Amino acid sequence: MSTLNVSSIREDFPILQQFVHGKPLVYLDSAATSQKPESVLRALDTYYRTTNANIHRGIYQLAEQATEQYENARKQVQKFINAKSWREIIFTRNATEALNLVAYSYGRANLRAGDEIVISVLEHHSNIVPWQLLAQEKNATLKHIPVDGQGQLALDDLENLLTEKTKIVAVTMMSNVTGAITPLDKIIARAHSVGAVVVVDAAQAAPHLPLDVRALDADFVAFSGHKMLGPFIGVLYGKRALLEAMPPFLGGGDMIRQVHLQESTWNELPHKFEAGTPAIAEAIGMGAAIDYLNALGMENVRAHEMELTQYALDKLQEVPTLRVIGPTASAQRGGLAAFEMQAEGTFPSIHPHDIAAILDRDAICIRAGHHCAQPLHDFYDLPATARASFYVYNTPDEIDQLVASLQNVRKMFNK
Amino acid sequence: MDDLYKEVILDHYQHPHNHGTLPDATNSYEDSNPLCGDKIRMEMKIENGVVTDVKFTGKGCAISQASASMLTDEIKGKSLEEIKHIDKQVVLDLLGIPLGPSRIKCALLPLKVIKASAYGIHEWGDEEEE
Repeated sequence: MSTLNVSSIREDFPILQQFVHGKPLVYLDSAATSQKPESVLRALDTYYRTTNANIHRGIYQLAEQATEQYENARKQVQKFINAKSWREIIFTRNATEALNLVAYSYGRANLRAGDEIVISVLEHHSNIVPWQLLAQEKNATLKHIPVDGQGQLALDDLENLLTEKTKIVAVTMMSNVTGAITPLDKIIARAHSVGAVVVVDAAQAAPHLPLDVRALDADFVAFSGHKMLGPFIGVLYGKRALLEAMPPFLGGGDMIRQVHLQESTWNELPHKFEAGTPAIAEAIGMGAAIDYLNALGMENVRAHEMELTQYALDKLQEVPTLRVIGPTASAQRGGLAAFEMQAEGTFPSIHPHDIAAILDRDAICIRAGHHCAQPLHDFYDLPATARASFYVYNTPDEIDQLVASLQNVRKMFNK
Repeated sequence: MDDLYKEVILDHYQHPHNHGTLPDATNSYEDSNPLCGDKIRMEMKIENGVVTDVKFTGKGCAISQASASMLTDEIKGKSLEEIKHIDKQVVLDLLGIPLGPSRIKCALLPLKVIKASAYGIHEWGDEEEE
């Protein structure tokens, strides 16, 4: 059924070969973090075994090799998202830090009292809290784009929401709960027409969709390596003119041109935003992850996940009381399904933590909780949901196992 | 199938003891577990240093709700001095199931709320923290 050769892909992931509680591991939590293929593990190992040295300042061969590999990884990221220049790619600790960089550097320099920041109800806490802190500091107003019954952004009121007062619009490209792929083109066009910059949280989108930052015309895009088969590292893309004009975020080594006792001048992009020794091995590992994804083809990754998600949406309907939240068509959502199990007969609803704990006994890994998206759960009036998420290595057979295990949960709770 | 969800836990979850509110409560407290959204409210009537009645309301997983149900049975009629000695181990013995580090928080939330309600959150301090 699949556009990908999944059985061959699975052989590339050592962790998937193991048994948990005596059963083969079924990993359905890639939206939290993905597993890593052999080639990424090897890139990390090879770096530490053969070229480990601190970068940029070393004159000796090892340091130059390490620098070249690190900077080459940056160029791989640049090409992966079709950025114009490698100088627009900043490595960070994670996507959260990338979003904070924009809030602290761009936001502090450009926001005035009375200005408005617009986020959405779909956002992950990492794309909410930095803007709350900024708004409080600057006496700015924080507004949000609402969500409709399908768990998709409702743009009916966009004209009134994004006005001359709007300076920053920060939205996700794909919800980590409803899976909704957001209508960014409309939001970005409107934001630019009122002179606002757009910050895109692509932590969920970058691993699963072809991402072209120039076609999108986003001003800033944040994502992470660890959700796309790579190690724990983040990326911030920013348009060069914006990054050039921004003050530094963190101060320290490597981000300076000259340091004097009272003042300093800044290094050129992207180093201005990379204070201190960066995650060198992780960047190189992310490069290997990009090679792996490019070999599969992001169009094929997307097609595989759409097939798998549609299959999951259909099969999950077979579980009475189970309700998936978010768009009903796989074309409008990413590869995940968050759901609740409602009350039945005399029994109360089944808490997602109970669902996840019972599935764990079948070696099925799903996530339970608010998935760092409390405002969205408030919108649905749910304290938590259970979430199964899919990636290149998942199979329809694993979804069958998930559904069988969920049927079992229901039986246990409904006697 | 599963030692984690013994019949007794599911019974308490489905038919919780001492569930509801207490209009003439002398002490009450509410808290939640930010990790999973479990929420417990305890209302208790304390007369001459003895818990004469207790009711709880809440939302959450089977472990947290069963723990609240069992603990309210446990403390009813006990003195504040006796309740002081109810610790993590007592809760685990009542539940009678093995719990990993994340689920222990669910199991202990009702105890935390009971102690905060009986003694005030500051007096109780952090004794149940890992």
